[in-house]
Order: sequence, then structure tokens, then C-alpha cells
Amino acid sequence: MIAVGALLHAKQLSRSPFEIATALIIPVVQATLAVYLFRAGGEPGRLLEAAVGAGLMGVWSSVLFGSGGAIQNQRWQGTLEMIMLAPRPPALVVLPITLATAITGTYAMVATLAWGRLLYGIPLTFADPVAFAVAVPGCIVGLGMFGLLLASTFVLMRNANALTNTLEYPIWLVSGMLVPITVLPGWTGPVAAVLPTTWGARAVREAATGSGPVWPSLGICLAISLACLVLGALMMTHVERRARAAATLALA
Amino acid sequence: MSEYAIEAAGLRRTYRSRTGWLRPQRREVEAVRGVDLTVGNGELFGLLGPNGAGKTTTIKLLNTLLIPTAGTARICGFDVVRQTREVRRRIGYVFGGDRGLYDRLSARDNLRYFAELYGVPGREQKRRIAELLELVRLAGRENERVEGYSRGMRQRLHIARGLLHRPRVLFLDEPSIGVDPVAARELRQTVADLAATGTTVLLTTHYMAEADELCGRIAVIAGGRIQALGTPAELRHHADGRRVLEVEAYGVTDERLAAIHALPRVREASLEVIGAAQVLAVQSDAGVDVQADVLRELDGVRLGRVTARQPTLEDAYVAIVNRVDERRSPEAVPA
Repeated sequence: MIAVGALLHAKQLSRSPFEIATALIIPVVQATLAVYLFRAGGEPGRLLEAAVGAGLMGVWSSVLFGSGGAIQNQRWQGTLEMIMLAPRPPALVVLPITLATAITGTYAMVATLAWGRLLYGIPLTFADPVAFAVAVPGCIVGLGMFGLLLASTFVLMRNANALTNTLEYPIWLVSGMLVPITVLPGWTGPVAAVLPTTWGARAVREAATGSGPVWPSLGICLAISLACLVLGALMMTHVERRARAAATLALA
Repeated sequence: MSEYAIEAAGLRRTYRSRTGWLRPQRREVEAVRGVDLTVGNGELFGLLGPNGAGKTTTIKLLNTLLIPTAGTARICGFDVVRQTREVRRRIGYVFGGDRGLYDRLSARDNLRYFAELYGVPGREQKRRIAELLELVRLAGRENERVEGYSRGMRQRLHIARGLLHRPRVLFLDEPSIGVDPVAARELRQTVADLAATGTTVLLTTHYMAEADELCGRIAVIAGGRIQALGTPAELRHHADGRRVLEVEAYGVTDERLAAIHALPRVREASLEVIGAAQVLAVQSDAGVDVQADVLRELDGVRLGRVTARQPTLEDAYVAIVNRVDERRSPEAVPA
């Protein structure tokens, strides 16, 4: 059910003209941002790292806006009530949606790297191509599971979009997708350590640049994501009941 | 097996909302104010009422989408609050309008997804989907995207979706809304066929003819309460001893309608728009002729056909609903 659901949601998402336009423009902006940021910082040699970071930003945006937006879209389409009415645990119903958003997010990574290569001549020479090929999907699956935890909040809130907007930039920054965590204030350290995005970004960067062992970071990313999945599943059951009491499954 | 497919006792639902941050204002709307009803296995039961009467809220309380503020409800003997999953396995829900489907997917993909969600075994899915596409006459169009479908086709796809897991109880919430007359007739046939196979159907509708044709029993709901319940023939008695004057007109204002309603010996007055014309229905006691008074009030309005006839189910419905409105007129009207 999870596979069929994720596939069909990915199909529905990828046919949206808005999603297509966003997917074409955002990676160019992100690749440009990353390249100029690193050039200005006098570190042109780390352009690949910058492009990978920018790609991860795209994946995160896709999961965040995808999970929040998808739940909100389901509400607008009138399908949220129909799917929550299924005789299945609510987490099983919502997980395919968040996984689908992560799958479509893969495109953001590929497109950012491609634009970086085409526009700025960034060489795509990965230190460990095999590890990179494993780390990226691993990181994406992890983010999809993290998305479930976020989605549980979105089921409850009619104006979920407000929350997604406020979460986008802080998570980029704190997870070290673009700027190394070491240059951030010390208090962000514990926050970064519990976010799967931090470890996922680290694993992908390590695979691309060879700056460290990939598997421990990827393992921690997936372990935290699994914890998010369990927590999200528990939350979802609670939240579904609250949404029925508060009448927030429908638009009005 | 429970004696009844649907049981509700003292069902109430209050919506609470809050607006504003600095000076938050809380608002409460009592949409359902104590509904009691039972629907037998295999019965086709109608729930009739004006907009905001509480029809959709009642259906959502019964199909587990909302939790009641008070009262209890059971579907096939299972409690809608405590045994949610057992209830969901046995029900289908179809609502009217354009929403509730994945527009960028084909009809087949929509059905495939909902078949997975509703637990139709994998080996049965293909056969069941083909069977339902045939039933709702979408076979041959199943690979087209839903966004290209007419409203009637969408509505038929909705019904197919609601039937995927062979529910014992089907909730149809205004399924014929916005559907053209031919499609509506086909829809009624589909619903009648379902009831004939033993599926219990709870149908809400605005259309009297639809309820009259399909339903064994009808409950008229208004102001969040059931105001009358019975067979269509029994409900017609609410307009016994009356006659109806029907006037085709063009340009009757609310003020004129109110003035006609206030005429002595007029019991009810309602206005319906049919195409470019308005049809004014004025009910009076059977032995009383109010035609002259009514036509005087319509002085200056372009008129068409004027006829007198026996009351129908629709007249009985208007009488029941207007009685509620008159009783509640001093207080605020809930949404």
C-alpha cells in the first residue's frame, strides 16, 4: 500500500504546473546562490560541496512544502477526508504522501547539480560515487519519514502553510546544508544534532567530497528518521482524533 | 448482526471557532441539536433539509469524520467513536460536487489508490475496478485524467470509489448536486440498484422528487433537529387539507413574497427559480381561494401560467421547514 500510494502521489504531484515551474526555477536560484556565496568567501575549490548543499536545500524544501502543501492540497481537493476515512492507521495513510514529496525532491538535487555544471562549470567528480548514490536516496527516505512527523501537525492546522514558511530557512541553516555548522552559534549544536537533516546533509557531503566516513552519518540520519516515523505514527493517531473533534479535516 | 444498520440517539454537534489574536472572539454554532434515528438493514433512507439544516454534519457524525459533542451513534452495531475502524470497514461515503478525487490522475489510478487504502485484496482489485467502471458507465474512459471529466462523470467515479470495498452502509451526501437531469436520472437508477442488492443507503438531498422516487422513509431535518419522519405518503399528510396556487412569474422580490406570506388565509409561500422564470407556490386551506389576493400583490410583475393543484411532497416539506423557521425567528439562525 505504501509503494502504490507513494507512486500515485508522486504522479499527482509531478503533474502540477505549479510544481513543474517551481522545480525548473528553484534549482537554478539555489545553484547560483551557493556558487556566489562560496566564490565570495574565497573558496572556489569547494564548489561541488556548495552545489550538493544547495541540492539538499531543494530536497528539504520539497519535503517541507510537499508535506505541508500536500496535506493542505488534500484538504482543498476534499481528499483529506476521504483518505482519513480509510480503515487504516492514519500514519500509513499519510506516509506515502510524505515519501512521494521526498521522491519528487530527488529531482531538486539532480537539477541543482546539472545547472551547477551547465552554468558554472562545477566539476561533478564525487570522491565516492557509490556512497553518494546510496547516501542521497537514504537521506531522502529519512527526510520523508521526518516529513510524517511534520505532517501530523499539518493535519491538525487548517493554515499549515504558515508553519512551513517559518521552518524552511532555520532548518537549512542549523543543519549545515550550506554553511558549516562550526561557524554557527554554539546553542544551535544540540538542535542540529537531533535533526535528521543535519546527518543526512553530512553523509551526502562526505560522499561527495571525501571529507569523512559516510556510513556512520547516514546511519544516524536513518536512526533519527525512524524515531521520527514512530513518533509521527503515534502523533498521527492522536492528531486524527483531535482533528475529528475540532472539525479540521475539511476546509470548512 | 445488528437489527439496525444505523442508530443515532441524542446526537449533538457544536462547532467552536476563534477569530482574532489580541481580542479573541469565540463563536459557537450548534449544527445538530439532538438527532434520534434508526435505519434498518437494506433500507434506502432520505435525509431532507434546507442549507445549514445539519444534514452534512449528521452524516459526518455517523461516518466517523466528526466526533459528536453529545449522544451516541452505531453503524452495524459498532460505536462510531470507540470502534472507528470497524465502522470504516463497513461504510462508503460519497459527496456531491467536483472535489474528493485526484484530478491529475486517471479514474483507474484513483480507484487503484482507494482500493489499496480501503483494503481491497490485491488479487481482487483489477476485477473489482473493472466491474465498478462498468457499473458507473466509465469503462473505456478509465485511462483519461479526471480533470477532463464532466461533473456527471466525476460523480459516477465518486460512487465507484465509495463502493470499492463493498460497504454495507453507503452515505450519499447530495450526490446529484449540479448534475444535469439525464445524469441525475442515471445516478438515481444506480442508487436504486444498490439498495436492491441489500446495501443500506442514507441519502441527503435537496431534491424532493429524488427523495420521493428513491426513499422508503424520509426524515426532514431543520434547525439541527428531525422535524418529521415517515414514508413519503405519510409526510404528504403534513400538507393535508390544503390547496396550492402556483404562479409562474418574472421578477418577484423578497418584499412581495413576504407580503404574500402575510396575507390572511395564506399558510405558506415559497419561490423557486426554474430557468429564467420564478415559480411562486402559495398554500392555503383547501376551501379557501386566495388567487385574487395573491394576484393583487403581484400587480406590476410579469406573470405566466396560474394553476391550482393538490399538494405534493415538496409542499409538505415547505410546510414543515417553514414551521421551524417561524418558531425560531426570534433567535439567531445557526449556520
